[in-house]
Amino acid sequence: MAVTGAILVLYLIAHMYGNLKVFSGQEAFDGYAHNLRVLGTPLLPEHGFLWLARLILLASVLIHIYAAVSLWLRARRARPASQRYQVTKRVHRTYSSYTMRWGGVLIALFTIFHILHLTVNVISPGGASDSPYERLVNGFQPEFWFVTLFYVAAVIAVGFHLRHGIWSGLATLGVNQANRQPKMNAVATGLSLILTVGFLLPPLAVTFGLVS
Amino acid sequence: MNITLRVWRQKGRDDEGRMVTYKLTDVSPDMSFLEMLDVLNEKLTLESEEPVAFDHDCREGICGACGVVIDGEAHGPERTTTCQLHMRSFNDGDTITVEPWRASAFPVVKDLVVDRGAFDRIIQAGGYVSAPTGTAPDAHANPIPKPDADRAFDAATCIGCGACVAACPNASSMLFTAAKVTHLGMLPQGQPERASRVVQMVNQQDAEDFGGCTNIGECAAVCPKGIPLDTISQLNQDLLGSLGKGIG
Repeated sequence: MAVTGAILVLYLIAHMYGNLKVFSGQEAFDGYAHNLRVLGTPLLPEHGFLWLARLILLASVLIHIYAAVSLWLRARRARPASQRYQVTKRVHRTYSSYTMRWGGVLIALFTIFHILHLTVNVISPGGASDSPYERLVNGFQPEFWFVTLFYVAAVIAVGFHLRHGIWSGLATLGVNQANRQPKMNAVATGLSLILTVGFLLPPLAVTFGLVS
Repeated sequence: MNITLRVWRQKGRDDEGRMVTYKLTDVSPDMSFLEMLDVLNEKLTLESEEPVAFDHDCREGICGACGVVIDGEAHGPERTTTCQLHMRSFNDGDTITVEPWRASAFPVVKDLVVDRGAFDRIIQAGGYVSAPTGTAPDAHANPIPKPDADRAFDAATCIGCGACVAACPNASSMLFTAAKVTHLGMLPQGQPERASRVVQMVNQQDAEDFGGCTNIGECAAVCPKGIPLDTISQLNQDLLGSLGKGIG
């Protein structure tokens, strides 16, 4: 869970970096996308690096989901529905730790939509295009405000998932010591905030006409 | 004080169980929670009803026998054991819900009494040190750094009450096991079995059907002995360290 989560967090950082290229114009953004496709050539075949990354990501996601489902099932067995408390009270749990499971399901569904939308371009509000930049700009036009809204909601869900996920991953990997907890919390909150804002900027910029 | 109690009543392991409401008048705010239950039981006995069964022993907060979930919190609103909780923590006219620890690994025996034998089996799996016989060694033969001694002692204050399991949304016993692993792992006497201890104890808690830890922290927040959450990271560290040593 922690290791695959760490791989996905590292990927998100790279993904955010690529997204922010949108502010440097179409050439920079499309050039970055093209460079990803030819990264490592001629040592690797064209698209070689990309598919390698996709393979690692897919494996990480599947293992992450497998671990989550087995934890979920174990928790259900450890306290079945028939043994639920009549009264429960939140003592320490946070909104983010409490929404890890259903939040994770939402993020998985969003990821599928996101790939169909901007990667494969099967779903193409505003028109399909070979240029990743145009796909992005077409997809988040003001008349498709509901697409933007959906992305905003999903990215915020990812932010909450990361807030507890980064903390929990560090603890699982044995980093948690009493004197390190303020730092761990700062890293978890800081990184999830940076990623949330970084992912929110491009679609919002398009919707509000800052990028066209 | 006038108190309305909603108490879990269950005749035996196979009984379905239900919440029953009792009204108590003239409860002194200086009574402990268990004394208030004693008063209820006296009243029930006089009315020829079955008294409410609950676990208790020292009533000093050091044995770990008592423990119920009060208004959704293990051991109630104060960070102490149920026996050290007093009625002054409640208000006149309150309705208080009292439930047993809830976990498959802690089956209800009767009313508020659960079988915590699963904890004993986790200890049997690895919560010990090899004790060479012979004369007692010199007290200063085995120097232990003060921070290690302190950490071992803090972890050793666990009384095995089970509040961590009761409060965990996953019904995981990780804080309990981690306290034992940290307690013994910090001391030189605990080193020979350090790697095998953590593997055996974790395997045993899995076999007992406790849930998995997701680092939410409810356990440490309700622990009457303040066992720190970072013991769980110590357990994870030891578990990682035992990988590849052929222990299983």
